[in-house]
Amino acid sequence: MVRFDDVWLRYRHGGRAPAAEALRGISFEIEEGGFRWLTGPSGAGKTSLLKLIYLAEHPARGRIEILGTRAARVTRREAALLRRRIGVVYQDFRLLPQLDAYDNVALPMRLARRSEAQVEADVSEILRWVGLAHRLHARPDELSGGEQQRIAIARAVVARPKLLVADEPTGNLDDEQAKRLMLLIMALNKLGTTVIVATHNTALVEHYPFPRLGLEHGRLVYDG
Amino acid sequence: MMARRRGDLLGLRAALSDRLLPVLVGAMSFLAALTLGGALACSSLATSWQGDTASALTIQVPQPNDPDAANDGTRLAAVQRILSVDHDVQNATVLSQAKINKLIAPWLGSDAAALGLALPAVITAQWRGVSGTSTLAAQLQAVSPGTLVKTGALWAERVATLTTSLQACALAVLFIVVLVATSVVAVATRSGLAQLHETIETVHGLGALDSDIAGRFAARAIWLGLGGSLGGTLLALPVLTWLAWLAAPFAGPVRLSGYFNLPPTLLATLPLLPASAALIGGVTAQLTVRGWLRRLP
Ligand SMILES: Nc1ncnc2c1ncn2[C@@H]1O[C@H](COP(=O)(O)OP(=O)(O)O)[C@@H](O)[C@H]1O
Ligand SMILES: [Mg+2]
Repeated sequence: MVRFDDVWLRYRHGGRAPAAEALRGISFEIEEGGFRWLTGPSGAGKTSLLKLIYLAEHPARGRIEILGTRAARVTRREAALLRRRIGVVYQDFRLLPQLDAYDNVALPMRLARRSEAQVEADVSEILRWVGLAHRLHARPDELSGGEQQRIAIARAVVARPKLLVADEPTGNLDDEQAKRLMLLIMALNKLGTTVIVATHNTALVEHYPFPRLGLEHGRLVYDG
Repeated sequence: MMARRRGDLLGLRAALSDRLLPVLVGAMSFLAALTLGGALACSSLATSWQGDTASALTIQVPQPNDPDAANDGTRLAAVQRILSVDHDVQNATVLSQAKINKLIAPWLGSDAAALGLALPAVITAQWRGVSGTSTLAAQLQAVSPGTLVKTGALWAERVATLTTSLQACALAVLFIVVLVATSVVAVATRSGLAQLHETIETVHGLGALDSDIAGRFAARAIWLGLGGSLGGTLLALPVLTWLAWLAAPFAGPVRLSGYFNLPPTLLATLPLLPASAALIGGVTAQLTVRGWLRRLP
């Protein structure tokens, strides 16, 4: 499902400064339908590892397999189609400012050219699930941080991805909202979606004891 | 309302605005329309002038009233006999003294005969022959030494050269117009990309194909290019009509059509301008966006 073999990631600094190694020799595997926490202090490389999974970076070395596909082997078109099967909750949400909540959530379905009837049904349902059915027509700048985060989560899951990648999805949520979000993610996981959630919220990790990948200084220090 | 927002997922209405691009493309189309009008007028005028000039034949017979070589009448009569049986020569007419006087008046004054100059007789005709006039000239020389035969071929050649160089100028102007229009679209597209880069990166991350994104930019650029060019071309119509009216006295047999009083070839060519602008807009936007998207993984 997701497989890393001795993966290294180096960010290029416009050619001048020496390249910083963000990830060093990472190897792990997540089975289909699995759930993993991704933990580690700030700067450990959590976001970097997720970027490799959702095909936003290329590794300097090593082999990555996503949804049964070698990441290095795909054409641009295949990469785009693969991305449609991966739901991503970005740390900074990345909602489109000119679209309202409904259209932001509908975006992945429209990119996949689903019928408007299907869009209407799925978007309404998912917005009810994240508790924002009453804010359909609000634009991102009219929403609180927590509401934006829930819209971002709704957008990530609306097209029923095979793989869900969430980067600190509870960062802007209070305990009650965080709990609701975890119930949503676990429900999707039960339906067969493979899930990876990066967090530094140790209380959350202790409360939901799923297997954990631990990162420190770009190295994998814990897997179990 | 939903449909309207769905139509502009990326926010292109704001980022590729309907101000500068259509106005500049419109100005380029206006220029292109005038250039086309000029080039077409030039070539049709040249065609009609060239035909007239090339076939004009002038024959000068010095001492026309002297006896001819065979001592069989005047030189003029001998020359006229030869001309009348030559099938390549038509409408041979001896210019009257009054006409000759009128032709040479600017140089010699109004009554040249009074100066006691021995003026040659002048015959005008049309030359229908395909080859040169040297055989005819030799024949005429034989009966009337000193007879000169001239055609307008030299002038026709000059008109042709002038036409060719004017058309080359027009082509250069059209080339520059296309270049400027392409640059305008490329710059507008790049600035749209710069404004929307976060949106585009997000949409790319959600699995949009390069063709999806480039297609949206291209559709917008086609629309703006078409609108601007249509405006510029329509604005050029009254100007072209006015120029055609100015040129009408020189146009000779060029037929003018009824409504805008413009040559039909021009009226048939002008719709190509908005079509070309749309094409330039679409292709340039596609290539610019696809090039830019290469930076994304
Ligand atoms: N785009 C980037 N360019 C250069 N360095 C980066 C970039 N993104 C992250 N880094 C560096 O890579 C390391 C890991 O960062 P990140 O993956 O964001 O960690 P985390 O998400 O665990 O906080 C940090 O040292 C960070 O400064
Ligand atoms: Mg991070």
